[in-house]
Amino acid sequence: MATSSVIGKKNKMGQTYTDPWYMMHEAPRTPSFFTGSEVIKEAIRRASCDVMIAYPITPQSEAAALIGELFVEGYVGDYFRGESEFAVMSECAGAAFGGARVFTTTAGPGTMRAMENFPMWAGARLPIQMIVTCRGINSPLSIQPDTLEISYLLNTGMLVWHAETAQDFFDWILIGYLVAEEPDVHLPLALCCDGFFVTHTKDVVQLTPADMCLPPYDPYRSPVPCMDMECPPVRMMRDPFVMKSNYISYATHASWQQEVWAAVERSRKHTIRWLDGLIEVDNGDADILIVSSGTAVSQGREAKALLEEEGIDVGIVKIKTLRPWPGEEIREATKHAKHIIVPEFNIIGWLAREIRATIPNSDRVFAGPHVGGGMTMPPEIIAADIKALLGIKTAALAGRGS
Amino acid sequence: MSKERIQISPDLFDIMPAEYQDLVRRATYGKEDRGWKDIGMAKELIEEHSLCAGCPESMAFRYILASLPNPEDTVMVGSTGCTSLVFPHVAVHNIHSLFGNQNAVASGLKRALSLRFPGKIKDVVVLAGDGATVDIGLDMTLQAWFRQEKFTTICFDNELYANTGGQESGMMRKGFVAKMAPAGKMFEKVRLPEIARESGCHYVVNCTVSKPNLVEKVIKNAVYVAREIGPTYVQLYTPCILEIGKNSMEGLQEMRDAERPTERFAYKEYISDQAKELLAEIAAKEKEKKAAAKKQLAGKEA
Repeated sequence: MATSSVIGKKNKMGQTYTDPWYMMHEAPRTPSFFTGSEVIKEAIRRASCDVMIAYPITPQSEAAALIGELFVEGYVGDYFRGESEFAVMSECAGAAFGGARVFTTTAGPGTMRAMENFPMWAGARLPIQMIVTCRGINSPLSIQPDTLEISYLLNTGMLVWHAETAQDFFDWILIGYLVAEEPDVHLPLALCCDGFFVTHTKDVVQLTPADMCLPPYDPYRSPVPCMDMECPPVRMMRDPFVMKSNYISYATHASWQQEVWAAVERSRKHTIRWLDGLIEVDNGDADILIVSSGTAVSQGREAKALLEEEGIDVGIVKIKTLRPWPGEEIREATKHAKHIIVPEFNIIGWLAREIRATIPNSDRVFAGPHVGGGMTMPPEIIAADIKALLGIKTAALAGRGS
Repeated sequence: MSKERIQISPDLFDIMPAEYQDLVRRATYGKEDRGWKDIGMAKELIEEHSLCAGCPESMAFRYILASLPNPEDTVMVGSTGCTSLVFPHVAVHNIHSLFGNQNAVASGLKRALSLRFPGKIKDVVVLAGDGATVDIGLDMTLQAWFRQEKFTTICFDNELYANTGGQESGMMRKGFVAKMAPAGKMFEKVRLPEIARESGCHYVVNCTVSKPNLVEKVIKNAVYVAREIGPTYVQLYTPCILEIGKNSMEGLQEMRDAERPTERFAYKEYISDQAKELLAEIAAKEKEKKAAAKKQLAGKEA
């Protein structure tokens, strides 16, 4: 059978379909000063994306609107505003069932409203990429950053990655498609970031050349049939499983869920290769480790610098992927740590719970500090909590109540 | 436009399931004048249905699948309910995802297929119950019509939630006593056909499935108009005999009673001017084709 490759060919915009490894690792990069929203646009320009479906919600609206500009320019095949996040995620499902590479963005209450779709996406093996620019979800109304919504995504069967910086965002959007579309994975990806902190601040981001783009999605590499009537329309089953109370029904549903989670696990090897590991460790030999994800890692780095000035040695463990969960990596990275500090931009501390459930001697985990409702996390409060753990007396920080 | 894509390798033919062999040999994919009369004469695109004995929905399903003008390039979108018990037996690609989101799924699907297969006909047909179409999914039903998405929406209106055991739905008649309407339904049956017309549907029909000939014509028209112009809506009365206290053999009479001129399912249609033009063109072409065939036959005989 003859084979052909699109690598080296040009798309209608004159971009060259480029070997992804070359594009992401070897091609020259240009520094650009962009907001996170603009970075999303630049990544999608290079992603050979077929369909983007948008809905306004702060703080992702700007990014979603910017993709509309790409559609008008011709870089995205189709684009429209849906009627609600629930509908948008179903529209994304329809487009993915039809064999398109699909992109969407949402935030906070939008994520919650759309929630019913996510286990369906995973169960239907639709490699949709969704950017989640986290914001508060609880009443009273808040549009400020808060990562509580990520905890709801963790058990949907989706891949869940948590970007720290705009650079992560740029690279991971492109890499996200490569991992999610692998035939042995073929799952949706929630690429999360902390709203405003990443979306609305400007940062220097190293961009790949604009005339290079990812190869297009090939829906026939999917482990399940593409719903386009281009392959035989066999009846899927002799007897519909739904609502049947029998052993075959139970076994089918159970084994399919196992398969979805096995696919999450199988994404591990691809993700390690493309992201250079599921975690990133800085000064891992320190007795005190700050372990976190998202912009809490950035604040942890600042706290580390503050503590170094006082002669306190601290290491950083940045968790890049929450699903697949880097359990082995975290166990290894923290095995000599005496104190594990988990700062989070949410009140409940879901990440600390995950870490506690992963490592031996989990009483080493200090869940906090926590900020919620859009408050910033000054590095001083991380440093203060660490010093308190060490029994070092510090002056009370303003506004902390003690 | 044929059975090309379902062919079996000759070496493997004998080990394929009998139904699949039958599908390849005798299904009507690609038959231009396929219709309800093929039922019982050729391999149908629906295998044994799993609905209640005598359920009018099973008749509707068979008529619709026999009437699709282009099943070899048609993808159907369903929703949760009795219909979702049947779709696994259907030999066209079909999607079930959630309850009520069928028109949203179909919107994304149709756009993806248009993008991936420019210039090729890929029909999308939604088939869902009245709870999915009118209650939980109304927003998405209407918004797909507002956006002029080019697919057909078929609603199996049995005027209640059948699969969950006969609860009140928006399509139920006022006063009908049902689960969750213990004192009788307090408001009128939702007038979705009229709403469909106002929402931008180009072809709207409200009828029962008592007459297969009519169902065939309506389904074909709805698919042709959706393919070329914009959204179409077909509301079919498929009574849930179980939940309205009828016997298995009484479904047909129930539909005949409900389609009397003063009743809820008296035949009603709306066709936009644009759609009228298209349907007239199609009818003219068909007439021409029939005349030519007749002439050819006469020539042969002479």
